[in-house]
Amino acid sequence: MSVARFWRETPRRYNLGGCRCPTCETVYFPPRGVCPVCAKHRQSIGRMEPYQLSGEGEVVTFTIVHDAAEGFEMQVPYALAIVRTVEGPQLTGSVVDIDPSEVSIGLRVRATFRKLREEGAAGVIHYGYKFAPMDERHRPPKRPGRSERVPSAAGAPVAATSGP
Amino acid sequence: MRDVAILGVGQTRFGELWDRSFREIGIEAGFQALVDAKLSSGDLGALYLGNMASGSLIAQEHIAPLILDYAGLAGHHLGGIRIEGGGASGALALHEGWLAVASGAHDFVVVGGAEKLTDVPDTEANRVASGTADHEWEVVFGATLPALWAMIARRHMHDFGTTREQLARVAVHAHEMGSKNPNAHYRNKISLEAVLGATPVAEPLGMLDCAPFSDGAAAVVLGPLDRARKFTDTPVRLLASQVACDTMAVHHRREMTTLDSTVVAAKRAFAQARRAPADVRVAEIHDAYTISGLIALEDLGFVEKGESGRAFESGAFGPTGKLTVNTSGGLKAQGRPFGAVGVAQVVEIVRQLRGEAGDRQVGGAELGLAHDVGGTGATSVVHLMERVN
Amino acid sequence: MKQDTGIVSYGAYVPRYRITPTEIGRVWGTDGAAMGAGLAVKRKSVPAPDEDTITISTEALRTALIRGAIDPQEIGAIYVGSESHPYAVKPTATVVAQAVGATPNLTAADFEFACKAGTAAIQTCLGLVGAEMVRYGVAIGSDTSQGAPGDALEYSASAGGAAFVIGRERVIATVRHTVSYTTDTPDFWRREGQHYPSHGGRFTGEPAYFRHVTECAHRMMEQAGTTPKSYAHVVFHQPNGKFPQRVGKQLGFTDAQMRYGLVTPYIGNTYSGAALIGLANVLDVAKPGDQVLVVGYGSGAGSDAFDLLVTDEIARYDRTYGTPVQEFLDGGVEIPYAVYAKFRGKIRMGGS
Repeated sequence: MSVARFWRETPRRYNLGGCRCPTCETVYFPPRGVCPVCAKHRQSIGRMEPYQLSGEGEVVTFTIVHDAAEGFEMQVPYALAIVRTVEGPQLTGSVVDIDPSEVSIGLRVRATFRKLREEGAAGVIHYGYKFAPMDERHRPPKRPGRSERVPSAAGAPVAATSGP
Repeated sequence: MRDVAILGVGQTRFGELWDRSFREIGIEAGFQALVDAKLSSGDLGALYLGNMASGSLIAQEHIAPLILDYAGLAGHHLGGIRIEGGGASGALALHEGWLAVASGAHDFVVVGGAEKLTDVPDTEANRVASGTADHEWEVVFGATLPALWAMIARRHMHDFGTTREQLARVAVHAHEMGSKNPNAHYRNKISLEAVLGATPVAEPLGMLDCAPFSDGAAAVVLGPLDRARKFTDTPVRLLASQVACDTMAVHHRREMTTLDSTVVAAKRAFAQARRAPADVRVAEIHDAYTISGLIALEDLGFVEKGESGRAFESGAFGPTGKLTVNTSGGLKAQGRPFGAVGVAQVVEIVRQLRGEAGDRQVGGAELGLAHDVGGTGATSVVHLMERVN
Repeated sequence: MKQDTGIVSYGAYVPRYRITPTEIGRVWGTDGAAMGAGLAVKRKSVPAPDEDTITISTEALRTALIRGAIDPQEIGAIYVGSESHPYAVKPTATVVAQAVGATPNLTAADFEFACKAGTAAIQTCLGLVGAEMVRYGVAIGSDTSQGAPGDALEYSASAGGAAFVIGRERVIATVRHTVSYTTDTPDFWRREGQHYPSHGGRFTGEPAYFRHVTECAHRMMEQAGTTPKSYAHVVFHQPNGKFPQRVGKQLGFTDAQMRYGLVTPYIGNTYSGAALIGLANVLDVAKPGDQVLVVGYGSGAGSDAFDLLVTDEIARYDRTYGTPVQEFLDGGVEIPYAVYAKFRGKIRMGGS
């Protein structure tokens, strides 16, 4: 894969940068150029707004993978899950820092930053989100008014006023 | 639109065809279909060729003219068009062929499906197969096709109480039927215990919940129904051909356990044919994974949502059921040469409707259905066929 | 030093897996338990196959930014100190900067000075912040260090890191003084292209670690006008559990002063992360008015020392977010040597 192909997605892969429809306020990840659900969806073209996901969510379903995807061979068996984020969008990612046999539907998780794969021993290394079990200590404190933008567990700043 | 008939069918053996090349199997299936239709190549208007990944698997693109050339038809200068829609490529090719004949654009066309998977190692075939899921947002994050279907299975078990044993029944049935199909990749019967005890691939799915990688090709000849009797005593009418798409990624679906693409394609197909699911006697459904076979039964309207596991376990879809599925052995036992699958499903239904299915023939087959899926359900194709009496 | 400059926030990260010296010794036919006792290392951390210096640095910095409610766009510099940067050429710091949302208006670079690259990064940030060139500077010390299989280093070389945000607002610990002590002393090195480091055996002790740490600590206390009794806590670089305890005793510090700064016995030597994780553990429990002495050490060789004063701000600072260092010390999942060898890429694989 060319380096550009991965590089152009790093804002999403590193930081869970999504988007929101200005009309119906539905949040999407990855960002889309047009709102699929909005009755006025054609009006959304070119108007979708960046929206930062917090990285928090819960497991909707999961599997324990024994026959690995490319780049994941060393991690077999690994848990892979579909996660529903608190902002709404669902996404697929590996669940780490837990024995795969302990993953369950409904498990609360948060985004972590991990290596996804390497392009061989000499190629570039791809990084991105995975998920780890959530505990109360990893829930970012609410501190209204302290800062215009506060960092999120997923990395990028969240506009304090745009929380769901 | 005029009525379209299937005039001839052909199919190679499916399996690990080490001594045969892509072009050889493609041509064999095509010629079989032409001979079966008693049609001369001079009558043909076009070739529609379903193929998923020849570029990745044999480093050869531009394969429609390749097949026409080695079939000796280069001098006829027919139109040759390759069609790709993941594992649904073959069924999509049939849809295009149907459109061409129904619209009057062509009178007679060959629809082929071919895939050569064993010219690459399994790891490479796995990588290519995963390309039918969303590469950027599923595969990059560790997903494989079986892993995605396994997550659908896990949710189905969670929501509806579907059991591991019920899933396994789908594979046991496939091998039972495949044992009667001389073209099948696997002709051995397998026990429930064997499926349950197989090497895990992506829990809850094991090795025997997953269809194999196979080489193979299949072809059908289509023509206008009103001219069909000139060529065959047993024309089969292509009643409905419907394609529907959905989100690429499983995580974007309305719900985890339903393929809306299948639901919609089936609804449209039954409406087009003015028939109901209860009228179907034989069906070839997409059992690339045991779970995909189960939820297909729900999404096609053969059983209530959530009930497929229990219904399958009760034998409702076996040889003695009111509806018998996957008499060919399905993708699980007949084999899974991606682009050939959708066409081979139709070949099997035609043989059943003609009464030419040998040991696996079901009684009273008047209406048959073929259901093909690309990836995890971003594309579904449903065809309905009936015997012309 | 400008007296208002110091640590605004911090975060530490240690991977989940652990291996014991006994288990390592079992494989190499040596008395691992005795080895562990000699080094005063009970367990060492092992990174998962999908972790490296970049991911560890990112996790540590994300924790620091959330705790301190720091807008990443206000970060003017990120320096990552490590001897295990995933790329020989291509910065760790740029990935970290992008992953925390700090790009593009900042400077970033990687530091390497064996185990003291992280403290060197702190000094650099102090300079930038003190000169008002940046509002916040980030210094990270992080490593996934490796010892050659069977080598004594293998019993201690581990993985972990800590990130410190340096600034002048809401400072939880001011850096009152910093000094360094540097000589050319080849006690430990890794040549270009070599997978594992080499070392001078017992030469790494007296002429290297002890001389530099002792001299630097003395200079620090002389400059600050302090004595060992002035400090509530002291943190030394800790290649094993034994060296820092011995040097602490030689300098006149008590076990109580060294208690929180000593983390290597529980997670192994995290190299560039070692002294910084120790400092993070101290800050996890520090009270306003506590004075803290930190003396780092990097082979090659040099020491950086810091005299810190914990401020009243720490009472308002949110230490509840994230995993406390103590939990990293107590927690983890022990793995056998075979799994460790697989995770650390010590098994020769086929193909590719």
